[in-house]
Amino acid sequence: MGAFMFVDTKTQRRASARAAPGPRRFRLGESRGAMGLLFMLPAAAVLLLFLAYPLGLGVWLGMTDTRVGRAGQYIGIENYEMLWTDSVFWTSVFNTLLYTVVASIAKFALGLWLALLLNRHLPFKAFLRAIVLLPWIVPTALSAIAFWWIYDSQFSIISWSLTRLGLIEHNINFLGDPAWARASVIIANVWRGIPFVAITLLAGLQTIPPSLYEAATIDGATPWQRFRYVTFPMLTPIIAVVMTFSVLFTFTDFQLIYVLTRGGPLNATHLMATLSFQRAIPGGNLGEGAAIAVTMIPFLLSAILFSYFGLQRRRWQHGGND
Amino acid sequence: MASVDIRQVRKAFGTFEVIHGIDVDIGDEEFVVLVGPSGCGKSTLLRMIAGLEPISGGEIAIGGRVVNMVPPKERDIAMVFQNYALYPHMTVFDNMAFSLKLRHAERSVIEQRVRQAADILDLTKYLDRYPRQLSGGQRQRVAMGRAIVRDPQVFLFDEPLSNLDAKLRVQMRTEIKALHQRLRTTSIYVTHDQIEAMTMADKIVVMHDGHVEQVGTPLELYDRPVNLFVAGFIGSPAMNFFEGRLRRDGDRAWVEAKGDLVMPAPPGVRGNDGQSVVYGIRPGHLRLASDAEQGLPAEVEVVEPTGDNTLVFCRLGDAVACAATTERFPLRPGERLRLVPQVENGHVFDAATGVRL
Ligand SMILES: Nc1ncnc2c1ncn2[C@@H]1O[C@H](COP(=O)(O)OP(=O)(O)O)[C@@H](O)[C@H]1O
Ligand SMILES: [Mg+2]
Repeated sequence: MGAFMFVDTKTQRRASARAAPGPRRFRLGESRGAMGLLFMLPAAAVLLLFLAYPLGLGVWLGMTDTRVGRAGQYIGIENYEMLWTDSVFWTSVFNTLLYTVVASIAKFALGLWLALLLNRHLPFKAFLRAIVLLPWIVPTALSAIAFWWIYDSQFSIISWSLTRLGLIEHNINFLGDPAWARASVIIANVWRGIPFVAITLLAGLQTIPPSLYEAATIDGATPWQRFRYVTFPMLTPIIAVVMTFSVLFTFTDFQLIYVLTRGGPLNATHLMATLSFQRAIPGGNLGEGAAIAVTMIPFLLSAILFSYFGLQRRRWQHGGND
Repeated sequence: MASVDIRQVRKAFGTFEVIHGIDVDIGDEEFVVLVGPSGCGKSTLLRMIAGLEPISGGEIAIGGRVVNMVPPKERDIAMVFQNYALYPHMTVFDNMAFSLKLRHAERSVIEQRVRQAADILDLTKYLDRYPRQLSGGQRQRVAMGRAIVRDPQVFLFDEPLSNLDAKLRVQMRTEIKALHQRLRTTSIYVTHDQIEAMTMADKIVVMHDGHVEQVGTPLELYDRPVNLFVAGFIGSPAMNFFEGRLRRDGDRAWVEAKGDLVMPAPPGVRGNDGQSVVYGIRPGHLRLASDAEQGLPAEVEVVEPTGDNTLVFCRLGDAVACAATTERFPLRPGERLRLVPQVENGHVFDAATGVRL
């Protein structure tokens, strides 16, 4: 009888409630909640260890004056007060927002366009799709070095080509001029991020039944109207997910900047992530670096909440009862 | 409303021809069913009429106008898809209103047309729901509603009932037929189910491997199938076939089938003495003989009572034949009995060509 109590049906529960109390271990098995908790424990432990601990440590460090090689003391929000008046920090906030907004919009527009192209019946379809993934597969550090070469002040292939075409007279100082540097790192980030957006949206596009397009065609929709009234609304849930991830990745980008500009020139490309690293490790101010990292959290949280509520509305739109 | 003329229409996917020159004339207000086994090209033909597939050869005319190069939206047709193809992100109302909105119809007109269609289809209560919140039968109705609001020249249906359960299918069959009687819109209906074809059609087009085998009213096809394929395809349970030779002696003609079976040939049968033929007889035309009668000796193998009818599967010579009887004889497997084919309801086909003799 005891063994059967694991079978969690109503009748079983009622039957066992009437029966004499069994060993304690088995009664735990009767409660769905308790069982669920039990099964969750290993995963919770892993999460706690690898997510919550570093996060907690970071938050704690942000409230100390820890330096490399010296344990720090609790100093409350002093680090944050300092940042509040630190113009470099505010530049990095502005840069990060600019970088994230411009790059995300570009990645979305180009990724969607690419997905729509790849969704057609093209020759060598599988091959083209594999090629599109390349920028995503290549390690960032490697592609960043390639971009570094492309943006080189003397040997840039772009400058070379434009000179040859007679469009410019002097090489463009891609990474040396603040405005060009910002544009350059954004373009590099977009190049790297497009495959993720494009392939995911392509997967989304393929879940749309072709008969919907046929029905719309017969209903009299033009290609643009089919996109506007069928493709786009049906893609919104995937767009929400993919753009949330894209925004998070972009906001926390580090490698690309670090290889290309190290935040220069004149801090024009310093993002919060690179500034945090620079203050903490080369600069030695672990506490301050941690504080900068912590200031990213509200931005990231609001991005997540935005998409969470965006997604909820879609689920209702799609008419699920549950 | 309009007639639809299909003239020598061909369709090839690449070099692979799937429709080999089809001619069908569909009259104004007619309900025509295209029926045939899966893969015979019914959907392809329907999609060519809709304009979803380009026509490789021949002509399709709707209301006298050749539409080969006319895009779907200008053909003034509406189509109901097998999977309904409802827009999941739109309410029932918006699904039905979509085509009118695209045509910039006035709000009041849209409202009125949608309400009217919803009323006909008993969907008024569900106008604010999303397709996911509807049962299969309701979704099916919405798909029809979407077609109705447009008031098109022709309705096209591609196996619209095949995703429904058996009971609902029978019910919707009747509803679609009643709807046609009310609206009188020319309808072309594709199905692989010959019962649907028989019950709904004014005219049936039997297709097979990209050819038309026979065109006719349900009863014409049932009573006088022009070849073996139609004979075997139309009617349920299927017609019994016996291979044999045609014999003639003066006015009398009969078929000698394998296993020393002698079948009386129907009056007026053509063909020569000694010709290889296939003799066909429907289960309902194969009677269980009374004691006094002569008949074909048979041994009962399986008995299937359906309520209205009892199907008796018997071994007859080296073939298995089915006889349907409304009487409830207490029969057991292994029992011997005699079967009497009704002379005038026999069919004789040439064995080589399958053509009716
Ligand atoms: N897009 C296509 N490309 C190639 N062959 C096709 C295509 N659509 C249908 N066919 C072929 O055409 C034939 C008829 O298909 P279809 O009209 O869908 O049959 P049915 O509706 O009668 O079951 C089949 O052999 C099918 O494989
Ligand atoms: Mg089909």
